[in-house]
Amino acid sequence: MLAFILRRLAQALVVMLSVAFIAFMLFQYVGDPVASMLGQDATPEQRVALRAELGLDKPFPVQFARFVGNALQGDFGLSLRQGRKVSALIAERLPATLELSIAAAVIALAVGIPLGVFAALKRGTFASQVAMTVSLLGVSLPTFLIGILLILLFAVTLKLLPSFGRGDTVSLGGWTTGFLTVDGWKHLILPAITLSVFQLALILRLVRAEMLEVLRTDYIKFARARGLPNRSVYFGHALKNTLVPVITITGLQLGALIAFAIITETVFQWPGMGLLFIQAVQFADVPVMAAYLCLVALIFVVVNLIVDLLYFAVDPRLRIEKPAGGH
Amino acid sequence: MNTTAIKAPGALARFFDGDVWHSFKSSPMAITAAVIAAVCVFCAIFANWVAPHNPFDLAAVNLSDSRLPPAWIEGGSRTYLLGTDDQGRDILSAIMYGARISLFVGVASVLVSMVVGVGLGLLSGFAGGKVDALIMRVCDVMLSFPSLLVALLIDGIGRAIFPNAHDTLAFGVLIVAISLTGWVQYARTVRGSTLVERNREYVQAARVIGVKPSRIMFKHVLPNVMGPVLVLATIHVAAAILTEATLSFLGVGVPPTSPSLGTLIRIGNDFLFSGEWWITIFPGAMLILIALSVNLLGDWLRDALNPRLR
Repeated sequence: MLAFILRRLAQALVVMLSVAFIAFMLFQYVGDPVASMLGQDATPEQRVALRAELGLDKPFPVQFARFVGNALQGDFGLSLRQGRKVSALIAERLPATLELSIAAAVIALAVGIPLGVFAALKRGTFASQVAMTVSLLGVSLPTFLIGILLILLFAVTLKLLPSFGRGDTVSLGGWTTGFLTVDGWKHLILPAITLSVFQLALILRLVRAEMLEVLRTDYIKFARARGLPNRSVYFGHALKNTLVPVITITGLQLGALIAFAIITETVFQWPGMGLLFIQAVQFADVPVMAAYLCLVALIFVVVNLIVDLLYFAVDPRLRIEKPAGGH
Repeated sequence: MNTTAIKAPGALARFFDGDVWHSFKSSPMAITAAVIAAVCVFCAIFANWVAPHNPFDLAAVNLSDSRLPPAWIEGGSRTYLLGTDDQGRDILSAIMYGARISLFVGVASVLVSMVVGVGLGLLSGFAGGKVDALIMRVCDVMLSFPSLLVALLIDGIGRAIFPNAHDTLAFGVLIVAISLTGWVQYARTVRGSTLVERNREYVQAARVIGVKPSRIMFKHVLPNVMGPVLVLATIHVAAAILTEATLSFLGVGVPPTSPSLGTLIRIGNDFLFSGEWWITIFPGAMLILIALSVNLLGDWLRDALNPRLR
């Protein structure tokens, strides 16, 4: 098990280094930082001086090492568009995105798993077919359309919920949270539902498929033959064995939640990292793009590691056998 | 009876006699999806002739007709069946022209990623060793990020490299961005089937009689691994159209001079609160219609081509 974890850590390190390399190449070759910092009428001497000051005259490996060193300290330089420190910009926006993603993940899991189990157990009934059809729509509908439809229904027509921004937030030592105010919760509802729909539908379909598969196996028949009550067969035996693929997909989807948050944040003007990133892409603001890229890659790598470790907790077989690679 | 009927049946005749066609005929879902998809594609391709107005002809657009509701709502006009947008453009026509751009970008991206993915997959499965390991590691890294993020990133890099990009270049960057995120699935699928096919007797026979490896790869192995690729491509078209719509909705997709469905939705989004819902909802409905029908077709094709399910 230790060897497995070490190998995974090494892989994670390779991924992070390659992402850092891409980010560094972005800095290096996309746009000229000197030109963008000095403007058009700088003298050649000024350019050379700034080059030396920024360390751009050093050899390539030295520059890359410097970049990684700075990135490890969270220093990605100044945003080209706003002229502020990228780290400050991101720190400001991070709480909004994390709160939104966590809320969406909770909704997706809390609704998706029970509905999936239900659809598997009541297979063929009208209610489960409705659940399956709706979930197919959930997988096919693009996120931004779901958001627009929700806004149209709840904000424009029914005027029940706000559709813009985070509402009132409370600052807890630099972390602004919307969880502590009624207004913040109200503002969270529509974006969180929008963000969760795709994952919810995916989890529902996955749990259903896995449950159906497991319910056919012999040990379920044996459990029934032993006279165990349905509840314990379904939830103690069947559901537990469906969890490995569910954890994998959910873990990977947690990263996807952050990516999809870009869309949701644009639709609802939610002041998170996604909105920051999309503005950076529109204006080719390289430092912000690079920092966002590194941060998201880090979140991904950490989540994937946690998912791998969770396998051991859920599936005792893996503690002895070597886990199969790939899918 | 014609004498040609005695000859070996042509590809078309074999298709209509084959399992795939029979399975198609017996699936109402597949027929419905195919009809809807065909109508959408027809309207998109022949938008110039089918559309009642030309939304990009500035002379024909009248600002006094702007923000008209659909024909069946009070204040709507029969000339503009689905209403008009803020510049007086006919929504129905804009949807047809927009669908053409969406379909073009979607299909082009799928073709590019198919060529790249199938090529690398074949190479990976056939060559093995270090080449295989390298390609598969790249795939792993690509797969660990959501495609939307990768597409956004490539798009952003493209924008930074060509700050004053011409419209055609913007299309190119967009297609590259979407296809570079899609090739991985093809590569993995093709590699898997190639590994199986590589050890089949017909490949060994070809080797024995001295056929060049590249010829074995493309002439013998490739046709045998294309089945799953076609299924993947069908479903991928829907995904690519949705990715394009998403990027355009985010404002980093097709240039605004040639609006796709995503761009139309983005434009309409600004008018949601003033009550002009039709500017957004109809392009959105068209997008869903295309994506859903293509997805259903892909699902059906997957089942039809899967011998285990027969």
